[in-house]
Amino acid sequence: MKARLMQGNEACAEGALAAGVRFFGGYPITPSTEIAEQMAKELPKVGGTFIQMEDEIGGMAVILGASLGGKKVLTATSGPGFSLKQELIGYAAIAEIPAVIVNVQRVGPSTGQPTSPSQGDIMQIRWGTHGDHPMIALAPWTVREAFDVAVMAVNYAERFRTPVIIAMDEVVGHMREKVVLPEANEIEIYPRRKPTATRAEGYQPFTPAEDLVPNVANFGDGYHIHVTGLIHDETGFPSGNAQLTKECTDRWHQKIARVQDEITHYDEFFMDDAEFVVLAYGGTARSAYAGVEAAREKGIKVGMLRLMTIWPFADKIVKKAAAKAKAILVPEMNYGQLVHEVERAAAGQTQVISLPKYNTEIFEPSEICEAIETMAKEASK
Amino acid sequence: MATIELISKRCKGCNICVAFCPKKVLELDTLGKVYVKDQGACIACGQCELRCPDYAIYVTKEEK
Amino acid sequence: MRTYEKFFRMNRLPHIWCPGCGNGIVMKAIVQAIEKAGLDQDKTVIVSGIGCSSRASGYMNFDTLHTAHGRAIPFATGIKLANPELNVIVITGDGDATAIGGNHFIHGARRNIDLTVVLFNNNIYGMTGGQASPLTPHGKKATTAPYGTVDRAFDPCQLAQAAGATFVARSTTFHVPQTVDAIVQGIGNKGFSLIETITQCPIAYGRKNKLGDAANMLKWMSEHAAPLAAYNKLSDEQKAEKFPIGVLYKGAAPEYSAEYAKLIKQAMEGKK
Ligand SMILES: Cc1ncc(C[n+]2csc(CCOP(=O)(O)OP(=O)(O)O)c2C)c(N)n1
Ligand code: SF4
Ligand code: SF4
Ligand code: SF4
Repeated sequence: MKARLMQGNEACAEGALAAGVRFFGGYPITPSTEIAEQMAKELPKVGGTFIQMEDEIGGMAVILGASLGGKKVLTATSGPGFSLKQELIGYAAIAEIPAVIVNVQRVGPSTGQPTSPSQGDIMQIRWGTHGDHPMIALAPWTVREAFDVAVMAVNYAERFRTPVIIAMDEVVGHMREKVVLPEANEIEIYPRRKPTATRAEGYQPFTPAEDLVPNVANFGDGYHIHVTGLIHDETGFPSGNAQLTKECTDRWHQKIARVQDEITHYDEFFMDDAEFVVLAYGGTARSAYAGVEAAREKGIKVGMLRLMTIWPFADKIVKKAAAKAKAILVPEMNYGQLVHEVERAAAGQTQVISLPKYNTEIFEPSEICEAIETMAKEASK
Repeated sequence: MATIELISKRCKGCNICVAFCPKKVLELDTLGKVYVKDQGACIACGQCELRCPDYAIYVTKEEK
Repeated sequence: MRTYEKFFRMNRLPHIWCPGCGNGIVMKAIVQAIEKAGLDQDKTVIVSGIGCSSRASGYMNFDTLHTAHGRAIPFATGIKLANPELNVIVITGDGDATAIGGNHFIHGARRNIDLTVVLFNNNIYGMTGGQASPLTPHGKKATTAPYGTVDRAFDPCQLAQAAGATFVARSTTFHVPQTVDAIVQGIGNKGFSLIETITQCPIAYGRKNKLGDAANMLKWMSEHAAPLAAYNKLSDEQKAEKFPIGVLYKGAAPEYSAEYAKLIKQAMEGKK
């Protein structure tokens, strides 16, 4: 395929289509709107459905309905809309409905700075809805990766029957790059899970398979299943049982925890001899990479960890890096959020330094280079 | 003649069937469940079954 | 054994509703209507929100979805658009449909998407113990309106009609055969159908407003409901004492899922 110039948002939409998404419901909001616009144009061409809903809650509800109806589904939003979606993201988690939500982050809280980039929702992405449930969130740092992450997000949502968040930021969403997208036959697609038994054979919609994920039937397939946002047993019907409540909560967490290594995606740069580490993600990782290169030129042995999987958090990777590093620098376009996870995972093995930025501007590589220099100087004192 | 089938397990003693029975066939017992007091008076009008919110009473008209 | 019982999950009965609650009457009317309309059990989906009434989905033997408070209509919209061959019936309470879900309600009507919405109107928030809803009549008491509501109530039928619904009917739990018939007609309408069913909540509404027991509340309905034709002949003073029941509005408009299917067809042909 020949190289095309495209935006991160566009690549994300293309990735979702390539992964088999055939339903999109949403509500326009900067800087995510291009995804909705692209889906509105492309979905009907492949037999899919786009619907503009009356608000983001409706956008979330409509995709969950469509997912139960058998379609692979996507919605896209930004800060204020992401806040509105929270209750039903929790619904997707408890009712185990596959769905992908793109959050192209912008400066908040509230209307904040609507067109400015941010990574300020990283904790909301993890903890935004009420109650305990695991979360998968992936953050691309290039336009091409926005495509790959979208494919991966759809596959994970289907495989684990869980909501998956694409943690974009305005930088990656609106950036244009020349990309070569993979051919359809190069893309691995996880198909919708299907019941493996009939009702007569004792099929229950929420009996976990070996991988702890249930094979829930689609509506209309004749299984007469019941789906609820109440805690339910394998039959799908609610139960107030204390032990069951615990077991359900355990299973949702375990179905993701057991594959944590497999779904933890990251890049390491210059880590072999690194004395210092910069940990970054999303749009910030681009400036960080340039900053690390510049610091290397100045003779500082600095490496970089770039996280694509934000949640579940890459504890092992960070712990390993922390064991060797004199310090870890965490630049983020927020007041300092993921840095707390880095500190937790580093568990006191090394110093973790926050480099927050929340003035609507993206990081300059020079800022990161300077921070690396300061970090190195402080360490040699 | 009619047969009146009661599914006591489902009866919540709301009194709707008793109040709507035109022939005072039904009554609530001390436990608050419906019972047939005067089977002979039943005219198989079906009001009780029609109005029972709990599907606890069924009336079948018997062909003579 | 009644033939409509195959549409109940009999092993889940008795249901959770209070003694005398009208929800059981409406739920039976729905399954009877489904039977009358001859819907395929495998291709019929029941979608409900949250509230006492919305618990009905769990007792009905179809694919059933008990969603979140107020959100039944957009979930149902997704199901219908994902698989337009499905018959989608929505069960919702007065708070569920017209307070938290009010926006979805009017937009569902606006789209005229083929959903049959049965609104269980008990004039109160039953599940949470009797707070005022947008359908609590002005001046009536609720736990959050201890001196009587200051708010004015919606007329959900007028609301749906104004918003674009193509079938609007009102019935009550006293008028059982009429309720069944209205739902059958609603199912038959290819578009957004609303069947408002006035139902008694003797526990959280009746008691608070001294309306007597369930049987008394049913009698009140029989005395105050007037078939539309008769209602229209009443004087304004007489009208103030009554409310109209029956089919209140029938309209014709393009149906959303059918329109979108056309759009898909065009887009797919255009691509060739
Ligand atoms: C987002 C949200 N807000 C509030 C509630 C609490 N709640 C549950 S049911 C209900 C009201 C139900 O009233 P209605 O829709 O009239 O149904 P009914 O119980 O009377 O049948 C409320 C406020 C909730 N479950 N979710
Ligand atoms: S109407 Fe039904 S539930 Fe109520 S008393 Fe009669 S049989 Fe019992
Ligand atoms: S069928 Fe009619 S007369 Fe007989 S018990 Fe029921 S309500 Fe009474
Ligand atoms: S509170 Fe009211 S609506 Fe709820 S079950 Fe009881 S009687 Fe029915």
